Amino acid sequence: MAGLGFACLILALTVCVYGIGASIYGVRRGRPEFSDSGRRSVYALAGVLTVAFVVLEVAFLRNDFAFNTVADTSSRTTPLLYRAAAVWSSQEGSLLLWAWLMSMWSSLALFLTRKRMRDVASYAQAIMLGFGGFFVALMVFYADPFQTTSPAPAEGVGLDPLLRFPTMMIHPPMLYSGYTLCTIPLAFGMGALLARRLDADWIKAIRRFAFAAWLFLGVGILLGARWSYSELGWGGYWGWDAVENASLMPWLTGTAFLHSLMIQEKRGMLKVWNVSLVLATGTLSIMGTFLVRSGILNSIHAFGGATLGVPFVTLIGLLIGASIYLVVTRRDMLRSENRLDSLLSRESIFLANNLVLVGLCFVIFWGTYFPLISEAFTGQESAVGAPWFDRYTVPLALILVLLSGIGPVIAWRRATLANARRNFAIPLGSALLALVVLVGAGVTSRPLALLMFCLAAFVLGTVGQELGRGAMARRAMAGESLPRALAALVQRNRRRYGGYIVHVGIVVLFVGVAASSSFRHASQLSLAPGQSTKVGSYEITYVKPTATVTPKYDRAHTGSTLSLGAELDVTKNGRHVTTLQPSEGYYDSGEPAQGTVSSLIGGQAVSHVALNSGMTRDVWSAIEPDIETPTLKRIVDIGNKTLGPEDAPVALLYLARSYLSKPPPTQFNLIVSPLVMWIWTGGLIVFVGGLIAIWPMPLRARVPFALRARATRGLARS
Amino acid sequence: MAILVVICVVVLIGAVLYFVGGPLRVAEDARIAAAAGGEPAPLVEAGEQARELRLQELEAAREAKYREIRDAELDYRTGKLSAEDYETVDAELRAEALRILDELEGLKTRGA
Repeated sequence: MAGLGFACLILALTVCVYGIGASIYGVRRGRPEFSDSGRRSVYALAGVLTVAFVVLEVAFLRNDFAFNTVADTSSRTTPLLYRAAAVWSSQEGSLLLWAWLMSMWSSLALFLTRKRMRDVASYAQAIMLGFGGFFVALMVFYADPFQTTSPAPAEGVGLDPLLRFPTMMIHPPMLYSGYTLCTIPLAFGMGALLARRLDADWIKAIRRFAFAAWLFLGVGILLGARWSYSELGWGGYWGWDAVENASLMPWLTGTAFLHSLMIQEKRGMLKVWNVSLVLATGTLSIMGTFLVRSGILNSIHAFGGATLGVPFVTLIGLLIGASIYLVVTRRDMLRSENRLDSLLSRESIFLANNLVLVGLCFVIFWGTYFPLISEAFTGQESAVGAPWFDRYTVPLALILVLLSGIGPVIAWRRATLANARRNFAIPLGSALLALVVLVGAGVTSRPLALLMFCLAAFVLGTVGQELGRGAMARRAMAGESLPRALAALVQRNRRRYGGYIVHVGIVVLFVGVAASSSFRHASQLSLAPGQSTKVGSYEITYVKPTATVTPKYDRAHTGSTLSLGAELDVTKNGRHVTTLQPSEGYYDSGEPAQGTVSSLIGGQAVSHVALNSGMTRDVWSAIEPDIETPTLKRIVDIGNKTLGPEDAPVALLYLARSYLSKPPPTQFNLIVSPLVMWIWTGGLIVFVGGLIAIWPMPLRARVPFALRARATRGLARS
Repeated sequence: MAILVVICVVVLIGAVLYFVGGPLRVAEDARIAAAAGGEPAPLVEAGEQARELRLQELEAAREAKYREIRDAELDYRTGKLSAEDYETVDAELRAEALRILDELEGLKTRGA
């Protein structure tokens, strides 16, 4: 079936080339049938890539090791669900996933706008097909997912054990959905510039997709953080890794756009800024994809395919050049309809919020690309670490939270003293109350964290006040009971109140980040069975070693051939809190040259973290058993010399028994962090708020009858 | 297996050609019909389609304008618009709504 898959790629490339030509010809020559045919090319691209994706997925599920991608990233011992997700663990498979998701989202966008802005949509579909063609061409010429080897190997290398984690199955599709959705506003933005139709229509057409891109990207980033925290043995959720940063940058500019587009809708301002943000977000999403694939920067997430660097740099150069040219040549059509009336107005606060977000993006951009920048100027590659990022991002994040509290309640055009007094009394009261409570509780050792908590209370105060006042206003306008008015308020103003719920989620998340990074207790030490250590207010005792042999008995269900761990008893003030069982999994390397026994455990060793989570704190543990002790090493060496491949697992049984009966002192990484759960809870609230904001209303339910009548009645006044 | 793959590829190519070429075939058929019989039907049909499209656009614009009016009222009642600004914004929005309703009415009358 590899032939069918590759034929699909060739057909997809042909469809892209034809669709670009038909779309441009249609719009330039006023031949709508060609534009329609171009739009259908996008649908056809989605169909053809779906067939290609299914072919590859079936090959993974059937363990068809004739496919090089399957042999390199899967194996019979890889559990079924991880095998299904292994498609996007390789360079080739992830390119196919990118192209497929882009074609699906593009089809949806074009279907929803099929009766509007035909000229803009024609250019947009040509640009979307350009992206599709680019990624398909990469697969055809550089990274073919359907390449085969004959005869097929009997067994594959297996999925990277680090990726055998539930959130890792959905993290890439989420992130790629975010990246690919970012290209839709970019395509429509460029289409509007090319068609010189820069009224509010194109913004309305892409608003929901911009929000969806932001939401998917955010969920993807958070799932990646969760993976880092629960799977990698360092105990953190954010390491300012190049690939993590690459996904954060378009999310930040996307956040800025979602705020500033409200100014354009309400006041006809910031048009150049908005179109620039859309183009920047799309370009940054391509740069994010490029970082993962080019291997130009070191990252735990990167694929390291150096061959893809030149095509990506060419595409990014084209995007930047075209964006600058289009904005400069159309600047007359992008003039603001109004000016800022006052620095104390909602418009100014939104603009400040945008500047902080873009400032954050610039800081992260500089830190991420610093190794390349330093090499270009000094000839030596040097990198910046977490403290450098923290120095700039923490103050900016604090300002951002403050602005996200002021923005929703400050008046449009000009805030007066009376207006400020009315709108800021409750939020300021909430912040002061939080300050008094926290100082009373002794939380003063970390002033920046304390400031974040107070600002969070300020934001929660504004959202609570907005919901309360909105419900009262709704009750006055529609004569409903308060709870009914509140529900109707959110239901009928989903974008506004969904957005406020997103604000709540973000501050909950920031409180979690501030608390867990400022007040965590960590200990890295060696313990023998029976020994204890104190981490924060918890006593942790190494009770006994644990071990499992063969993938069947692997408690983490990741297919490890050997797993060595420990049972830890956690107590607080003499009371039992929980029992933790961290372990380290060892995997088959698939390289018989290492020796029959060594190859069984010669793959990448992966830590399986054990943690006890709660709303107030997490107790986190990881173990690094020493498998190189003379006793254990002797068992492996003897096994290598005396046992054939079929009997080799016997040596692992001996090894596990020796580890259990005479456990060597073992290295532990133990952490007690407060409020980590708030990060994931905040993410969930953001997701719910985002869904509310993005969910379309049925057309007839959009404006209640009474309101229609009142609006029409009021026309007499004008 | 190889034959099955070839059949699948041929079917796929045929389906794509048929689907993508659809609008071109329809336009060509209309042109041939117009040339043969001098039928003005496609023009009338195109005019009707344009009217339908405009109607849809106007209805969407009317809903959006109502939403803006309601938004402004909510902003005023929650203290984010001064009474003076609210009166101005509200009058502007209602005037725009009136223009949309007028055009809508005109289109509907012409269609009836």
